[in-house]
Amino acid sequence: MLEVKNIHKTFNAGTVNEKIALDGVSFTLEDGEFVTIIGGNGSGKSTTLNAVAGVFPVDSGNIIIDGIDVTKLPEYKRAKYLGRVFQDPMIGTAGNMNIEENLALAYRRGKSRKLRWAITAKEREFFKSQLSTLGLGLENRVGTKVGLLSGGQRQALTLIMASIEKPKLLLLDEHTAALDPKTAAKVLEISDQVIHDNNLTAMMVTHNMRDAITHGTRLMMFHEGKIILDIKGEDKKKLTVEDLLHEFEKASGEEFTSDEALLSR
Amino acid sequence: MNIISLLKSLPGSVAQGLLWGVLAIGVYITYKVLDYSDMTVDGSMATGAAVCVMLVTGGMNVYLALVIATLAGMAAGLITSLIHTVLGIPAILSGILTQIGLYSINMRILGKSNQAISVDKYDLIVSLRHIPAAIIVGAVFCLAIIAILYWFFGTEVGQSIRATGNNPNMARAQGINTDFNKVLGLMLSNGLVGLAGALYAQYQGSADVNMGRGAIVIGLAAIIMSEVIFGKLFNNFALKLFAVVLGSILYFAIIALVLQLGMSTTDLKLFSAIVVALFLAVPYLKAKFHPNAHKGGKENA
Repeated sequence: MLEVKNIHKTFNAGTVNEKIALDGVSFTLEDGEFVTIIGGNGSGKSTTLNAVAGVFPVDSGNIIIDGIDVTKLPEYKRAKYLGRVFQDPMIGTAGNMNIEENLALAYRRGKSRKLRWAITAKEREFFKSQLSTLGLGLENRVGTKVGLLSGGQRQALTLIMASIEKPKLLLLDEHTAALDPKTAAKVLEISDQVIHDNNLTAMMVTHNMRDAITHGTRLMMFHEGKIILDIKGEDKKKLTVEDLLHEFEKASGEEFTSDEALLSR
Repeated sequence: MNIISLLKSLPGSVAQGLLWGVLAIGVYITYKVLDYSDMTVDGSMATGAAVCVMLVTGGMNVYLALVIATLAGMAAGLITSLIHTVLGIPAILSGILTQIGLYSINMRILGKSNQAISVDKYDLIVSLRHIPAAIIVGAVFCLAIIAILYWFFGTEVGQSIRATGNNPNMARAQGINTDFNKVLGLMLSNGLVGLAGALYAQYQGSADVNMGRGAIVIGLAAIIMSEVIFGKLFNNFALKLFAVVLGSILYFAIIALVLQLGMSTTDLKLFSAIVVALFLAVPYLKAKFHPNAHKGGKENA
């Protein structure tokens, strides 16, 4: 479903702020695979997701989604293959527009937008049925401005938007990091449900080692722009936080230093 | 203060407010919908006026001249949007560059700094000599434009423009070409500004190369007053645009009032600038001194 071939990215090349963000990242995701991605700050995990989404062009390498080379496509053209949820709940939705307008925008993803009415009565019912799967009561508030929703509600809505037009790949970029623990757990539960119900291929970046272990079918660990650990199948199921820390030290030759990840054990 | 002469000036204020209301609606599209501070307006208004006056004095039908003036305004918006999206120049500077460039172009169109057009010689559709008729024409234009924009911003294309202005990151993630939408929005906006210039030139009986100076401030004043007065009342997009026209009328009524009170006409621009600055500052100062007045609501998922 997704092939990432030896991508490199250096930010601010040739300046004092030069930062090698991706140093030859390669991996292949099979259809239906759900990979969790973990790593310290600046390890390249979010950069990889953004490279796949086309937020910036990569310096070299190729990104192939379902057999289509999207390396040169701008962000908005790649969007038809992707569902995305961001760390900041404000980014995934349009706060000045209401719930059903946001859903309608997402429902047109990858289609040409024409001079016809943006929401039909039939779609309105469909949107309500989709919202009701969240169990948050949003189906009764479709006319509410999204800006009035809580962070957790916005992330849940963004998940529905990301999957309403089945994407080839779902990208979750630390989408629970800005939420309180209880809300984060709820949003993670919804994420699992959305991925399972729609049989999606997904990538989830997280700071939380436990979440990375308990969710998904595969785990990748990034360090200094490289993948240093890639575990799937039965090995992934048996994984513990201690194993991960040990593997990290073995692969990188240093101690794991992300306080956030350690504290959230 | 002379109440009688103030009341006598009221119909004129209404007519002016309606014609400038067309411009204010155009500014609303960039400033509120697209979140783009477009300074093109000061130039494109005069462009619309110049094109219309030269075409009509050259013998063209007034309505056709209005259409071409609108297209000229759209061309100005196109230039600004391309300077921003293709050349990567910041939004506010892109408009300033176009506005400055348009001064030379407007001089070329007019041939001199001021070109008169007499309602006696040409079949103009608005004139300050026939204020009741001007009010009707202005109202018809405003209502028609509001109706068309209400439909347009309810369509898939219109909604994608709203999303572009509200949250460009989200828009791109939903497959929306935000650069293209900025071009579309700026063309639409400046088309209306050009149309307003063409109407106002007929109203005052001349096109002047400086007539757009400060137009953006008048447009903003109309928008801000509409929000302060009708913001809580009107939630519907059509009503919001309607409120902008009312704001524009109110602005000209206030101007008539301060002129009656003895303010010199050359002090008006300072007055307008201060009023707009004060109204713009209100939401910021409110948030600063009453931080809990508007709760974002982060809890309960």
